[in-house]
Amino acid sequence: MARALINVPQQAKPGEVIEIKALISHPMETGFRVGHNGQLIPRDIVQTFTCTYDGEDIFKADYSPAIAANPFISFFTRATKSGDIVLTWRGDNGFEASETVHIQVA
Amino acid sequence: MKIGGALVLLLSVTAGLAAEIAPADRKSGFEFMGRDTQAMQTDDTSNPGMLNVLDGGALWERPEGADKKACASCHGDASQSMKGVAARYPTFDITAGKVVDLEQRINLCRRDHQKAPELAYESRDLLALSAFVARQSRGQPIATANDARNATALTQGRKLFNERMGQLNLSCAICHDDNWGQKLGGTSIPQGHPNGYPLYRLEWQAMGSLQRRLRNCMIGMRAEPFSYGSPEFIALELFLMERAQGMAMESPAVRP
Amino acid sequence: MIETRRIFLVRSAGFLALAGGALSGAPSLATPQAMAALIAEIAAGREIKKGKVTLDLPPLIDNGNAVPMTVTVDSPMSERDYVKTIHVVNEKNPQPHVIVCHLGPRAGRAAFSTRIKLADAQTVTAIVEMSDGTLWMDSANVIVTLAACLEDIL
Repeated sequence: MARALINVPQQAKPGEVIEIKALISHPMETGFRVGHNGQLIPRDIVQTFTCTYDGEDIFKADYSPAIAANPFISFFTRATKSGDIVLTWRGDNGFEASETVHIQVA
Repeated sequence: MKIGGALVLLLSVTAGLAAEIAPADRKSGFEFMGRDTQAMQTDDTSNPGMLNVLDGGALWERPEGADKKACASCHGDASQSMKGVAARYPTFDITAGKVVDLEQRINLCRRDHQKAPELAYESRDLLALSAFVARQSRGQPIATANDARNATALTQGRKLFNERMGQLNLSCAICHDDNWGQKLGGTSIPQGHPNGYPLYRLEWQAMGSLQRRLRNCMIGMRAEPFSYGSPEFIALELFLMERAQGMAMESPAVRP
Repeated sequence: MIETRRIFLVRSAGFLALAGGALSGAPSLATPQAMAALIAEIAAGREIKKGKVTLDLPPLIDNGNAVPMTVTVDSPMSERDYVKTIHVVNEKNPQPHVIVCHLGPRAGRAAFSTRIKLADAQTVTAIVEMSDGTLWMDSANVIVTLAACLEDIL
């Protein structure tokens, strides 16, 4: 169960540039670490992050093992109309997490 | 050279009580971090420890054990009932008949009032609950009880803090009382205050308790670390809180 | 093409990276070469100019496990003139990728922040692709120190 902490302003004016911040719990195991038994710990990372606003892609990121554990991302978008902002993370071992926040634009 | 100088200092300190830090000179570990790490802690929307606090908030409401009681059933709104609680632990507990820390107190509640199994140190749920409870004391001054029943543990804690141990034959005091602010390798030595626990340590890439950090310290000194929940650790935790009396709680803090 | 002096410095550091990797026993790829190859792949024959983009990293890092990083690009982010892609690459980690961000006119502001892992003191580079196909870059040098008092005896 991945916990996510999302920060999106609840309200915005049309055309206003808003900041979206998202933090998700995930080990981001690089696949380069060696465990106590001398064996490589297998890779387990988030591979992609996507954000849509009213169904349209507004920001996407391709992660790598160089992204820190419990990945944090902050980015911007222009508030157009009221709608749902959906953030989705997908990764190794079938990992998928999605959070939806609503924004009121008036 | 900084590293050589520190080593010479360490080797030349003779046995005996180290000089305690004057109350006016006390600094939180926060002040020894870079600006960006400080920003990570102060921004609740980006502090990784807040993920554990969120988890803890959910656990607070979840009915547990044979009686299907949640923490909230007795304690209601944690922001009211738990305010200042973490700032006064460890302390003597009548039920247990001894000094207990916050984690042990949570387990006593689970065992006695929820009829639920106790949670292990560093388990996901215990970290979440202790992070959630400690968060409610953020900004509150550390206020260990002036209780005669804490005296024995406090004395033992002070003794352990000043006692040399391990292959490196160092005591906590030698680094954290005598050489705070100097460099150990590339890192600044902080004063070793417990005002941010449980905290997100960047080195662990996870949340951890004060006892986990103390185990790291002891391994760093090449000493056999005390076991989780041991009376030695409780005594040390109590002494550290007493030593940080009056400093503001920062939980959940972020530290390198 | 990136100025030849940077590639020379990167290649000579590669020997140390290889030697260090062999001693530690962990798998080590020739990252400075891998970074140069990755940059060449991104460039696809185009020139990369210095400017427009600012890569923000703390010069002295508390812990290499979580380094706060911000990339900002000077761009109007209009329908006709916007940032398409931001690539960040590194030279001393076991692999050269850090992150690739895809933006567009809807972004409003071409900037993002995240936290990255850096294995050693090194140079991190950000390369930005604009809507008109031009490439711009910025680099930052960082020093990474090891934490004291760890859980495992190294």
